[in-house]
Amino acid sequence: MNRFAQLFNALDATTKTGAKTEALAQYFRDAPKPDRVWTIALLSGRRPKRAANSTELRAWAAEAAGLPDWLVDESYPIVGDLAETIALILPPTQTRSNLSLTGWIDTLIALTGQSIEARRAGVLAAWNSLATEERFLFNKLITGGFRMGVSGGLMTRALAQATGVDQSQLAHRLMGNWDPATTDFDDLISDADQTTSTRPYPFALASGVEDVAELGPVTDWLAEWKWDGIRGQLINRPGAFALWSRGEELITDRFPEFDVLARALPQGCVLDGEVVVWGDSAPAPFALLQKRITRKTVPKKLLADAPARFLAYDLLELSGRDLREAPLATRRQALDTMIAALPAGLPIAASPVVVAPDWVGLAGLRASARDKMAEGLMLKRLSAPYHTGRKRGDWYKWKLDPYTVDAVMIYAQSGHGRRATLFTDFTFAVWDGPDLVPFTKAYSGLTDAEFRQITDWVKKNTIERFGPVRSVPAELVFEIAFEGIAQSPRHKSGIALRFPRMLRWRRDKPVAEIGTLDELRALL
Amino acid sequence: MAVKPVLSFTEKGIYCPAGDFYIDPWRPVPRALVTHGHLDHARPGHGAYLATHAALPVIRHRLGAITADGIGYAEPRQIGAAQVSFHPAGHVPGSAQIRVAVGGEVWVVSGDYKLATDGLSEPFESVKCHTFITECTFGLPVFHWPTQAQTAADMAAWWGRNAANGRVSVMGAYGLGKAQRIMAMLADHGLQGPIYTHGAVEPITQILRAQGYSLPPTTKVAGPVPTNALVIAPPSALGSAWAAKLGPHAEAFASGWMALRGVRRRRNLGTRFVISDHADWDGLNSAIRATGATRIFATHGYTTQFRRWLEAQGYDAGIVATEWQGEAAEGEPEANPE
Repeated sequence: MNRFAQLFNALDATTKTGAKTEALAQYFRDAPKPDRVWTIALLSGRRPKRAANSTELRAWAAEAAGLPDWLVDESYPIVGDLAETIALILPPTQTRSNLSLTGWIDTLIALTGQSIEARRAGVLAAWNSLATEERFLFNKLITGGFRMGVSGGLMTRALAQATGVDQSQLAHRLMGNWDPATTDFDDLISDADQTTSTRPYPFALASGVEDVAELGPVTDWLAEWKWDGIRGQLINRPGAFALWSRGEELITDRFPEFDVLARALPQGCVLDGEVVVWGDSAPAPFALLQKRITRKTVPKKLLADAPARFLAYDLLELSGRDLREAPLATRRQALDTMIAALPAGLPIAASPVVVAPDWVGLAGLRASARDKMAEGLMLKRLSAPYHTGRKRGDWYKWKLDPYTVDAVMIYAQSGHGRRATLFTDFTFAVWDGPDLVPFTKAYSGLTDAEFRQITDWVKKNTIERFGPVRSVPAELVFEIAFEGIAQSPRHKSGIALRFPRMLRWRRDKPVAEIGTLDELRALL
Repeated sequence: MAVKPVLSFTEKGIYCPAGDFYIDPWRPVPRALVTHGHLDHARPGHGAYLATHAALPVIRHRLGAITADGIGYAEPRQIGAAQVSFHPAGHVPGSAQIRVAVGGEVWVVSGDYKLATDGLSEPFESVKCHTFITECTFGLPVFHWPTQAQTAADMAAWWGRNAANGRVSVMGAYGLGKAQRIMAMLADHGLQGPIYTHGAVEPITQILRAQGYSLPPTTKVAGPVPTNALVIAPPSALGSAWAAKLGPHAEAFASGWMALRGVRRRRNLGTRFVISDHADWDGLNSAIRATGATRIFATHGYTTQFRRWLEAQGYDAGIVATEWQGEAAEGEPEANPE
């Protein structure tokens, strides 16, 4: 654990990408190989099965520290991280273990599924032989959510530096659901077998566009609707049919209506597209899709009420051949040909291409995006390959301006992690006749300085505390931006917003003049 | 017979009716007893000040022309019907707890304090009382300070590494107390080069040195400094244009808040040293036990949580609201001069 703790401290002590890459590359050169594999897994969001849940951890830590449970619970929001809270309250340890990262993970894996007494004893024994910092890391192995300020790109860059393997090849090799417990480091980085398994390709990502006039002739570009669904990669290889989400989650089982595609699609093809719930002629509101995502198995009724469809917009592999280097124009043509050859009635379609003679015409079409249930347009350069990750210049999202409403803050709650001890999570209300009705929460969009100012204000103006939540006088007005709005019987206001965030703090706006619920309902 | 409390809590601050004076008031009052020179305790605008002889020079420096009287540690003074004395709080040089006795009833206002001796401040002395008003800036069980010797060794190693790499070491530390404590502890551990100071640190350092506190030589920054220098500056100078003029340098921040990773990450500070002039969790608890008091008031910090903890320990516990409902400093290093 010591070498891993060293790495963690090196990463934590700097905000400079260069220094982080160097620390990580050094680790990938000299750490024990199994530890390298686990570190890659942890940095890409994988973790061993939970040996204990957070309630158990809290209770065991309170007991070991001789503190009442409530005091541990009260400390947690101040620290902003449960793993750290526990590491800080435990009494100092007498012995130090020199078990490696993999050793500790094996210990945790062995504990999973055992009786509560056995797991408790195992975790307490671990706490007893680790220094405060190592305890924090050990706890993180259980709770998950390692945030070391290392992006996927930074990790593969470091790994490329350490191994000499091409970075985008590495990015591809690290995709999918390999098991760090059984994967050998050399196999992981050198595996050549790319087109037989369910392993997905790294997703190409788009950037926002400021001014389309700077993109050159409109004929260089392919425009598509920007759907508000789930980005997905559909893989149909011999013996391997899979649907991956952009978060590298395997979601095949959640969309059983796609199973027919395993036979209908040609063998050895990979499609990039959007999973949406399909209405009569356009996608249904995201809320319906939300119901589908949250269910691991889908009841028949939901399947009938919210049927999914795959809107394909790119073809990454055909007949087992990686097409990513081919220009988009070629890939799109192959995609259209393939889809056109499919029998009717399948839950798949090519995402329509939006055509206009010039940017002005395209802008006019974009303005109608909401009628198509889209968020705007995607612009993709026809001559460009399918990039790994976000490479500026070839893929842009040209979104509609968001909806906005002025609203007043009525509750505030402190944030997590680096935002612990700052009030950053706010609940907002609008007028409903003479009353204020809460209608959304938002927690992003302001600067740290503004959050600090608001935090001071909240502390001075707290009316009542409900655990970590404070009610405050309805005085601070903010402009809230959001991408969509849908009916929601679960909310008091009867509406739910999509991607709400604070656009700005309206110090100039009196509470009397903020928006109304009727105004929001009119957007439905 | 109902006994009038020795101290009461008013919107101007802690008030003693028997002596007609206030302790660390935040609104202007005719007569203020002041525990130490930090600006959230020694505020401008009072008619008359009483503070320890050791604290007064800095208070005068900070507040300008004031009417002030000095008092020695443990020196009894009668003010009206109240007998008052000041006792070392170990927080910063000159800092005091204030003991107020009326009739047979004894109350102590802790001001800010720490139990560990830092080699510079007059060491904390426990004062027996019936009612103890305690700060609880770090009144949660997540705060446990490393020893000063450990921190001094870590700081010296950091300074030495920077010097070897040709980089000036810049330490962010509050100008009164923390800054001088760091120089003194590094001098004690072994200096790695000369110590320079920011313009907000040097005058106070000179005043304390003139008072007889043992501090290593310091030079105010006025142009380039050698690469093996340690520059001590207020935290606000970190990352500033002023710091940029020092050339290649490494920055660090010394504060109790640095114990929390969230605070560290928010401030984007790479190197941090956990060192505080306030008591940590164990310090607060042992200080309270040692007073023998049965009634405790919590102020300045995590008052709600700390009060509940004290009640669970069997104390009659309450909260003294300060100007900002007792928690302006919660988690925020900026707002919290240590």
